[in-house]
Amino acid sequence: MAALYEGFTLCGLAAGKSRENSGLLGIEPGRDPDHVIVTGAGRTVTVYKVSDQKPLGSWAAKQGQAVTCPAVLHGQTGEYVAVQDSKVLRIWRDEDINFEKVFKATLSAAVSRIHALPSLEPLVLFQRGAVRQLDALLAAPQQAVEEVLSEDEVIRWSSCFLEAEQPLLLFSTEKSGECFLYLQKLKPNVLHKYSIDSEGKGACPISFTATLENKCITLMCLYSSGCVYKLLVSLHPSVEGEQHLPKSLLLKLPVSEGVLSRAAITSLEEGHIAIVGSPHSASTGDRDFLCIWNTNFQTLQASKELAGGAYGQLWCNAGKLYVTHGKVLTVLPYRCEMSSLAAALGKLKQTSTQEVTLSPSELNWNSLLHEETALQPRTGGAGMRTRNSATLSPTINQVLEDLKGVSSEEVEEVLEPFLSCSPVSPQFQLGLSHITVELLKRCQADPGFYPQTVLARLAQTGRLSHSSCPGFLMLALEKRDYFLAQLCLQQFPDVPEAVTCACLKAFLSVADADLVPVNVDLEGVSLVDGPGHSLEGVQNGFSPVLLEEDGCDVQLTAPKLDQSSSWIDMSLTRPVGLKKSALLNEILRSSYSESFLLPHLKDLSSRQVILFLRYLQYLYVRSSGDVYTQLPGLRAPTVTQIMDWVSLLLDAHFTVLIMAPEAKGLLTQLHRFVRSQVRLYSELGKIQGTLQELGKINKEQEIGLYSIEVIELF
Amino acid sequence: MVEFKVHRVRFFDYMPSGIRCMAFHSKADRLALARLDGSVEIINFSNNYFQEKVIPGNDSRSIEAICWVGCDRLFTAGLNGEIVEFDLERLCPKYTLDAFGGPIWTAACNSEETHFAFGCEDGSVKLFEILPDKIQFERNLDRQKGRILSLSWHKSGTLIAAGSLDVIRVFDVKSGHSVQRILVDKGPAGTHNKDCVVWNVAFLSDYTIVSGDSVGKVQIWDANKGTLIKTHLVSKWDVLSLSVSENEDSIVAGTSEGTVVQFQLLSPTIGDTETQWIRTRTFKHHTHDVRAVTETKTAVVSGGLDTQLVICSLLDKVEVKPSESVLRKVIFPHRTLVSCAKKPGLLLFQFPDQLELWRLGGTDTVGKPGESLPVTRKPEKLLQLKRKGDDHICCSTISECGQWIAYSTVTSIRLYQLQCESNNISITKVSKLPKVLRSAHQLQFSADSSKLFVASEQATIHVISLSRSECKHVHTFKPKSGSSAPVHLLAASADGQWLTSANRHCEINVYNLKKLKHHCMLPVYNSLPSAMAIHPETNNLLIAHADQQIFEFSTVDKQYTDWSRKLHKEGFHKCRIKWHTPITHITFNPSAPSQVMLHDTYMFCIIDQSLPLDGLKAQFYSQLTPKDMSETDRPSKTNAFKMCTKYQPLLHVNVLEDDWLVVVERPLIDIHSQLPAPVRQKKFGT
Repeated sequence: MAALYEGFTLCGLAAGKSRENSGLLGIEPGRDPDHVIVTGAGRTVTVYKVSDQKPLGSWAAKQGQAVTCPAVLHGQTGEYVAVQDSKVLRIWRDEDINFEKVFKATLSAAVSRIHALPSLEPLVLFQRGAVRQLDALLAAPQQAVEEVLSEDEVIRWSSCFLEAEQPLLLFSTEKSGECFLYLQKLKPNVLHKYSIDSEGKGACPISFTATLENKCITLMCLYSSGCVYKLLVSLHPSVEGEQHLPKSLLLKLPVSEGVLSRAAITSLEEGHIAIVGSPHSASTGDRDFLCIWNTNFQTLQASKELAGGAYGQLWCNAGKLYVTHGKVLTVLPYRCEMSSLAAALGKLKQTSTQEVTLSPSELNWNSLLHEETALQPRTGGAGMRTRNSATLSPTINQVLEDLKGVSSEEVEEVLEPFLSCSPVSPQFQLGLSHITVELLKRCQADPGFYPQTVLARLAQTGRLSHSSCPGFLMLALEKRDYFLAQLCLQQFPDVPEAVTCACLKAFLSVADADLVPVNVDLEGVSLVDGPGHSLEGVQNGFSPVLLEEDGCDVQLTAPKLDQSSSWIDMSLTRPVGLKKSALLNEILRSSYSESFLLPHLKDLSSRQVILFLRYLQYLYVRSSGDVYTQLPGLRAPTVTQIMDWVSLLLDAHFTVLIMAPEAKGLLTQLHRFVRSQVRLYSELGKIQGTLQELGKINKEQEIGLYSIEVIELF
Repeated sequence: MVEFKVHRVRFFDYMPSGIRCMAFHSKADRLALARLDGSVEIINFSNNYFQEKVIPGNDSRSIEAICWVGCDRLFTAGLNGEIVEFDLERLCPKYTLDAFGGPIWTAACNSEETHFAFGCEDGSVKLFEILPDKIQFERNLDRQKGRILSLSWHKSGTLIAAGSLDVIRVFDVKSGHSVQRILVDKGPAGTHNKDCVVWNVAFLSDYTIVSGDSVGKVQIWDANKGTLIKTHLVSKWDVLSLSVSENEDSIVAGTSEGTVVQFQLLSPTIGDTETQWIRTRTFKHHTHDVRAVTETKTAVVSGGLDTQLVICSLLDKVEVKPSESVLRKVIFPHRTLVSCAKKPGLLLFQFPDQLELWRLGGTDTVGKPGESLPVTRKPEKLLQLKRKGDDHICCSTISECGQWIAYSTVTSIRLYQLQCESNNISITKVSKLPKVLRSAHQLQFSADSSKLFVASEQATIHVISLSRSECKHVHTFKPKSGSSAPVHLLAASADGQWLTSANRHCEINVYNLKKLKHHCMLPVYNSLPSAMAIHPETNNLLIAHADQQIFEFSTVDKQYTDWSRKLHKEGFHKCRIKWHTPITHITFNPSAPSQVMLHDTYMFCIIDQSLPLDGLKAQFYSQLTPKDMSETDRPSKTNAFKMCTKYQPLLHVNVLEDDWLVVVERPLIDIHSQLPAPVRQKKFGT
């Protein structure tokens, strides 16, 4: 899950620039996470404090000169480094006021870019492909610089990384439509060249972004066709010489017509990418959108329309996106959650509920009012904005701030305004999990802190999932809060098997007496607990007892006498208390995958297994005695669910059950019951077969007593 | 490729009668079976299970027991209290006599075939002495309470076991006293039948009695001690029939549920000399009561209310010969019950008690192969002719022109003249028939309808000339061989010159009608002819035999034709073997006389005699039917053999003029729907 928060303008763009050029060269991180260095296309370099939206310092080259590459901060010395007129290095400090007087060194070749690394010397990339460290270059500015690239080969993009304390420079070039990638290592100086196959039909790469993870560079490349490809560049390529890089399609943007020209991509954390200059859906041809996409699930996570048209420039620094559009540079804070399926689908779920509430048949004043408040900030002035959007992102931080240090009782008070606001916005969703995670952290840290009602309310919103707040359910179990645990099992769509099993274990081991004070949702259990009448009566001609008598099985002669009575007895008693059975039903209803559940099931003790099996058998007898496959009650488990659990339990504990003397009766009864069921189903199968045959017969054409036909004999 | 328009007729409401009892004569390899309507059939097992003789039934006759004496004497006894011996040459009762004991339930003959024992309603067992030309009452055994339902002689001839209600008695034949009284358990309380009726007993030579009763048990008793050895519960209903194999190592029992259960005398463990009766196989080929069951050397034969005779081979006893080992069912008679007047499109259906005359419908449209044409003129039942007297109709025929109908019972022949004027139909019985005509085994009109040929007793054939005013006896043909076997097939040539007859001794005689004398006799082939016809142009005689052989005999040259030899070379009969039913009718296409049409119950085929016979086998054994093949792969137009299995089961197929076919079908489901409900309703899917 990712979201874009309300953005703000950092600075205006130099007026009079054309539609194609925003007039901004680049944005580089400053001294502080809150500082950025903005290099204008003309002559200016400005350092901003982002949160205050105000410049800290600004330098400009004199008329006739131009800054040709984005200025960077030298991490070790705290100096700013920029290149003027392609060949002149300029280095200055914050104290320097006059740009004319700062250090100047003329180089022998034109510079493409300077890349700064926090703890190392900046790297200078020359336009012809050579790379030098700044200190080495300063020692001999006029030193000869080799030409790496061939004629007509132009650097399009470059980036640098730090791997094992060694700087790496990755840059891409283009030569008459062909794309190449170079990986430059220093110490030892090694250069790897890769070729990237073009997509064909004139689609060319228009923007790159790269991340370094696990000794492998992931390069994402946006093509003009709207495809985002992923290329993996190994840091230690085995083969010398030029290599071919395979690419894999990561995402196909819904570009309805034409090609993208002014678009940019940048990778965010946790499998998200931000793209500017492409529409977020094929239906809207409008390209002035900033979108965040999840590359794992190929889902759109957030989008924002950019007023005045985008230039296709996008930078990312310290949790904020910088994008140029219209006549301003806008800063947009964003947040990316770890991408789980539940979270990825969360957006979908949310839009559907939104549709429901907005359906015209059901006018909701709340949502209407909220609509108004949501609309206001756009119409209102800049000064009004912060206060009016109080329901949204700023409040989350505020709420988080407020939560620190309050007692369990006060928590609800603090959260009340947040929880009572409409749960439609994505910010609410994000904030919810954020708040929950914070609360959980606190609960874990402080054993005395346990705001039960608040946690229950959070769970009841139905917008939490296990992956968004891991540990919620386990905390509930730890605190023996079975109500909350049941709530979580009901609400979380993605409880892992290990946790399900832990719940099961806890539910099975809790004494019924302990559950008396606990408030448990009993919807899953039918309160009319008289299965006898439905069992004894023959429904649709089926009676398990009758079938049993029909088969003359010699092995079962011993229990034969009291068999029918014991059978009914078995079905009459519920082996667990009402509340416990409600809890267990919740387990039965939860989703799982067998292979993951099985190892955890083995942790149950034999007593627990037998109890659970007896309960399952009880349920099965009850449900199969009925004509309907589901027990009465809204949240009762289906026969299939019951049967699957029986099978799982038997699988996991077969040897144990065989050895346990107290399980013997249970097993034989299960066996007998299953056999009678198998017999029933085989009878049903036969009936089905017969009826199918009937169907075939009906297809044959009806021949009367007399007909005239024409035949042909061969 | 030949195209035909087909009258598909399903309105012949033929209903076979249920099988009541059977007797198998192993030396003659013939099975005698009696049906519920009193008719008796003799089936020759060594001749492809051909229905060799049929003795028509009688309304007053009800047969409960049937018995061979020697291989040429057949006795029945029934609920009318009469004992009947049949004349197997004249195919009618030889004599009847009353046993004076009320209805007779059972009969048994001793192993020396000197005495009969009859079990009567009044509880008496009556002994009759068998004399060469009759049987004679000898004495009663001690009369007991309760009807005698089953009897069995011991091999020694000194003891008789008799099954009654709840009891089995053993009588000493010499003294006539009951020497042993065995009480049979009643069914458990609450079952459908409290009384235990011992439907069957079998006295084995080791003094073991096997009984089958109405409670569903097959029980083995020790006759000397009167003790029970073993009980097998085989059915929830009655065990209705029981049969012991000749060497007494196998017993089969038929039940009301339609099952036949086999017991075998085996030692329970290998190497053990002690043997026991052990239930081994269960056959389920019937839907209704299995009223009769018997065992031959290689097969279990059963029959019952569902009217079919089932011959189920015991695979351990047959040598590997696929045609022998398959299950055979005899459902329809091996003779045609339908006669057809080709020109006016009339069909005459023969029922035991009546004749029905139908006019075929028509259509005024044409269609492509595979299509059904709209019926614009519906078929019409013109006539329903009830027979007089108790005797069932044994044969009937209609003339080509449709103006004459004749039928015969064992006692009389009737001839009718039919006048069809537009919608008016009138029928006149020809009152004055020549005196020689008393009964007929087969009737046939000449092609021009001027003569009637009557196959009568002593293998004679009477020629009667017909005219509006009178019927005159013209001549009587007698076979030269002097055989007295009944004639069952007649065929007359189209030009009126030739008449052929086939009798039950496999003799085929050709008579010259112009010269009124015997022309020749065909070489005797060891299988009964099942169908016969004379070619309208060449006057060659075509004969189909029960073993599926087909011959063509030139009456002029008095020898088999080349075509016949070629057909043999190609092995036509071998191909035919997979069809179990005999060819019952041969005819020719009037518009293309080279085309011979022949049919059995499951297929009809057309053989073009003008085309070469090559590749017949390949066609038979090919998995692809010519229809599936592409136009080019098809065995071209030069293929002589064309077969159709679309219509089943067939009672009659005939070729009319203008490439019309008439096909009389009798779907089994229609027969089953007329049967009473079986005792145990079939469960779905079982």
